[in-house]
Amino acid sequence: MGGRKTDLVLLDKNGIRCDGRKVDETRKVTIKAGVLKNASGSAYIEFGGNKILAGVFGPRDVHPKHMADPDTGILRVRYHMEPFSVGERKNPAPSRREIEISKVVKEALEPAVMLENFPRTATDVFLEILQADGGTRCAALSAASVALADAGIPMRDLVCGCAAGKAADTLILDVNNEEDQAGQADMPIGYMPNLGKITLLQLDGVLTPDEFKKCIELGVVGCKQVYEIQKKALHEKYFSNGGSS
Amino acid sequence: MTSTSIIDKLKRNKILDLLKEGKRIDGRELDEFRPLHIDTGVIPHADGSARVRLGDTEIVAGIKIQPDRPFPDMGDKGIFICTAEILPLAHPDVETGPPPPPVIELARVVDRGIRESGMIDLSQMVLEKDKSVIGLFADNVVTDHDGNLFDACSYASVAAIITSKIPKWEIKDDKPVLVEGELSDAPITTIPVSITMGRIDDFIIVDPNLDEWECLDARITITTNSDGNVVALQKGGSSGFTVDQLVKCSELSISGAGKIRDIIKQATKTNQ
Repeated sequence: MGGRKTDLVLLDKNGIRCDGRKVDETRKVTIKAGVLKNASGSAYIEFGGNKILAGVFGPRDVHPKHMADPDTGILRVRYHMEPFSVGERKNPAPSRREIEISKVVKEALEPAVMLENFPRTATDVFLEILQADGGTRCAALSAASVALADAGIPMRDLVCGCAAGKAADTLILDVNNEEDQAGQADMPIGYMPNLGKITLLQLDGVLTPDEFKKCIELGVVGCKQVYEIQKKALHEKYFSNGGSS
Repeated sequence: MTSTSIIDKLKRNKILDLLKEGKRIDGRELDEFRPLHIDTGVIPHADGSARVRLGDTEIVAGIKIQPDRPFPDMGDKGIFICTAEILPLAHPDVETGPPPPPVIELARVVDRGIRESGMIDLSQMVLEKDKSVIGLFADNVVTDHDGNLFDACSYASVAAIITSKIPKWEIKDDKPVLVEGELSDAPITTIPVSITMGRIDDFIIVDPNLDEWECLDARITITTNSDGNVVALQKGGSSGFTVDQLVKCSELSISGAGKIRDIIKQATKTNQ
């Protein structure tokens, strides 16, 4: 978003960011698995100021029928923002941005889910952004993979998401809303930590080849931290006394 | 959610058999609500917000307040718009796309209860007569569907409106300009409470859950204000009510509304 003019100090002389974090620190992340009654699997994530609900239905019959694939189950993802999730009220109808994010998140999850075991079915992932604060696609992706695991869908790995970027000529981990608006680069990353594969990667902004390499490495470090929180959420639901199912 | 399969018929028979013994499928009394929990201030980006859980039905309501043009015939009043959407993660049968008629009815019934009660004094939300007013949008999203969305959305909207803070705008060069840091409480005159009742055979039940909702003969939503007067009604379903039944419903709605209003007051007190 090429350095919009602002009087906001993105990085002070002690290397502290506008929300008090260090350059290689993520925001506070909490995930809870199994929050919805009707969904096959669900998760709620708070990623800094982001508040996102993920619900999974399926594998189930495909409607419309022509979308069914006789060789594998299909994954469908809808990323949707509530009208009250952002500063100015958002029109509830899906925007081009939401449709694109739905597609890249779907493609980030597909390598992880073993839907070939469920031919002619659909698995639907619904991601509802109750509040957006920069980095929603990474947070939504992280919640989605917990919800898929909660739904009992066989998976090769969890997919975890975290962005890295550049603001005030410094590489930073987990770009927040202010840094996204006024910073120099934002690179959302989706990562499967056990398989070592990056399944979501986007960038807007300018990075040198060296910065690009370091930015990916930094983002992967953030993803691995998210992974531990994802595991903890599933563990809490299924292996502690608080688990309901 | 309206398909009638053999299972639905069996379910209806079971529910009716229980009602004949004075019982409900989830063990409640006929005039008993499900537990109601209201959290306010759950969406800090919104100007007011609430999450309501009525049994297993869950709603998130968010308020957005922004300058707008008045309706052509109401230049001396602010704008209030209420919407409702059943999110596809709320129930396996919900489809994405434009809202079907029942969801449009839901939004309009919730809107009507709040609007007709005069809950918000819209005359205090005018920036410049006939040109610029303050608009208050109450957007409800259903995140878990277990029946009686009418009441749950209404409580969520009402709690979110009560806790909302209105920013200040000034007219400069014919345009509203935000005055930073000045917030005021929403101009609230009364607390409307919607109570929905269903009829199965000759039995009237309050706050039907989804199992009951799917086999109602008819339903009625009655909204009352803080003075105990009826301000809005909506009858639904493919059957009717006798006058005696309607009188009973109005009595149930007034007696029940007091308890609900206390819960709303309690939930919105800390946030005001």
